[in-house]
Amino acid sequence: MALGTRTDRQPSVIRLFWRSTVGKKTVMALSGLIMLGYLVAHMLGNLKIFFGADEFNGYAQWLRTMGEPVLHYSWALWLLRVLLLLAVVGHGVAAYQLSRRDIAARPDKYVHRRRRASYATRTMRWGGIILALFIVWHLLDLTTLTVNENAQSGRAYENVVATFSTWYGNVIYIVAMLAVGLHVRHGFWSAAQTLGMGNATRERILRTAADALALVLTAGFLSVPVAVMTGVVS
Amino acid sequence: MKLNLRIWRQKSADTPGAMTTYEVDGISSDMSFLEMLDTLNEDLILRGEEPVAFDHDCREGICGACSLVINGDAHGPERTTTCQLHMRSFRDGDTIDVEPWRAAAFPVVKDLVVDRSAFDRIIQAGGYISAPTGSAPDAHATPVPKPDADFAFEHAECIGCGACVAACPNGSAMLFTSAKVNHLNVLPQGAPERETRVLDMVRAMDDEGFGGCTLTGECATACPKGIPLPSIAAMNKEWLRATRKVRR
Repeated sequence: MALGTRTDRQPSVIRLFWRSTVGKKTVMALSGLIMLGYLVAHMLGNLKIFFGADEFNGYAQWLRTMGEPVLHYSWALWLLRVLLLLAVVGHGVAAYQLSRRDIAARPDKYVHRRRRASYATRTMRWGGIILALFIVWHLLDLTTLTVNENAQSGRAYENVVATFSTWYGNVIYIVAMLAVGLHVRHGFWSAAQTLGMGNATRERILRTAADALALVLTAGFLSVPVAVMTGVVS
Repeated sequence: MKLNLRIWRQKSADTPGAMTTYEVDGISSDMSFLEMLDTLNEDLILRGEEPVAFDHDCREGICGACSLVINGDAHGPERTTTCQLHMRSFRDGDTIDVEPWRAAAFPVVKDLVVDRSAFDRIIQAGGYISAPTGSAPDAHATPVPKPDADFAFEHAECIGCGACVAACPNGSAMLFTSAKVNHLNVLPQGAPERETRVLDMVRAMDDEGFGGCTLTGECATACPKGIPLPSIAAMNKEWLRATRKVRR
């Protein structure tokens, strides 16, 4: 008869990750980095608007033909969309569950309150909710063209100009891009810590990289509505 | 010195508490914060009132028993334990708010005393080494590189007071757990349980109802022993490594 010396079976890696706060944070870090990589590419693509309608619309068309002839028309784009959807859902679900847990872990507030942590750190949850709502608006505006004033399929340049010719289009976009900057500022650095990249010597590099990314992304994205408002792009 | 104190009074775990105002007089600036509370308690006893319950033990800053949130800061305005905080950090006529550690995993027992046994259960989950005991081995029997020894010692300084949990807006115990994990995981003596230690201690931490880490950095700012914030990143690295390496 075998002796009972066998140690307990470990749960599967997926269960281990999803059950642990550290694992869920890892999911948030990885999905966040995927979305961050996409944001950088998206921002660079947006800057093509400064080279005129033909170049910008041609770029928008290329996004659908990229990967051809290995992939069918717009398959690469759809693969990217699926990956991004998974990242957004994973990020959101983990954030919701962790936030519920965090709030429950600190039910009683201190009577003597003082301001804690930086603005970017304190606004992660609200910033995330604002960004989730913005993504819905942004897709309805410039992907499905449901709420766009111009709404001409294949005329991305004209649709963008139409959006930023309305006051609400500008307000929504500017608020969301400021939220992106704040979210990335704390998020990028946090992701590095969660993935175990942080140590005393790398601290400054990571902080600077997070600030630089946040600044470049916000400035790059905001340059488009500002250009439309000032008439540089029309 | 004459001070106005607003102290959290709560008879027991299941009765509601409230901030209660007291005046103390004749406080010397050389007194420690706990000696100031002793003075208040002597007054209360003479007046026939219930003295304020608070945790304390060594009063040398090394045991981790004292646990007060003073004016919203764990262990008060100086970066030390409450017993090593002196009244010269305050001014005559100050109003000082004194509250217990606040976290779901640290329920209030009475007044300013909270139950920190959740930390003990995290330690029981892996904060030890399975070494053959006997007479003490020679100091040079197991060589340890100096940087590793320094890293281990930096984390071994954790006294388990719970200030990190009290300061964290999420009531997270990541800094405490990371200090204990890193202390043993970097040393050869801790190597046999390197993977199970971090997995089991993190699981125990989650099971106790502590929140997750959002890297606000409040813990490292409050820590009287200066456990650094990158300690958490080091534990995350150990945890991720363990999920890949653990034997099944």
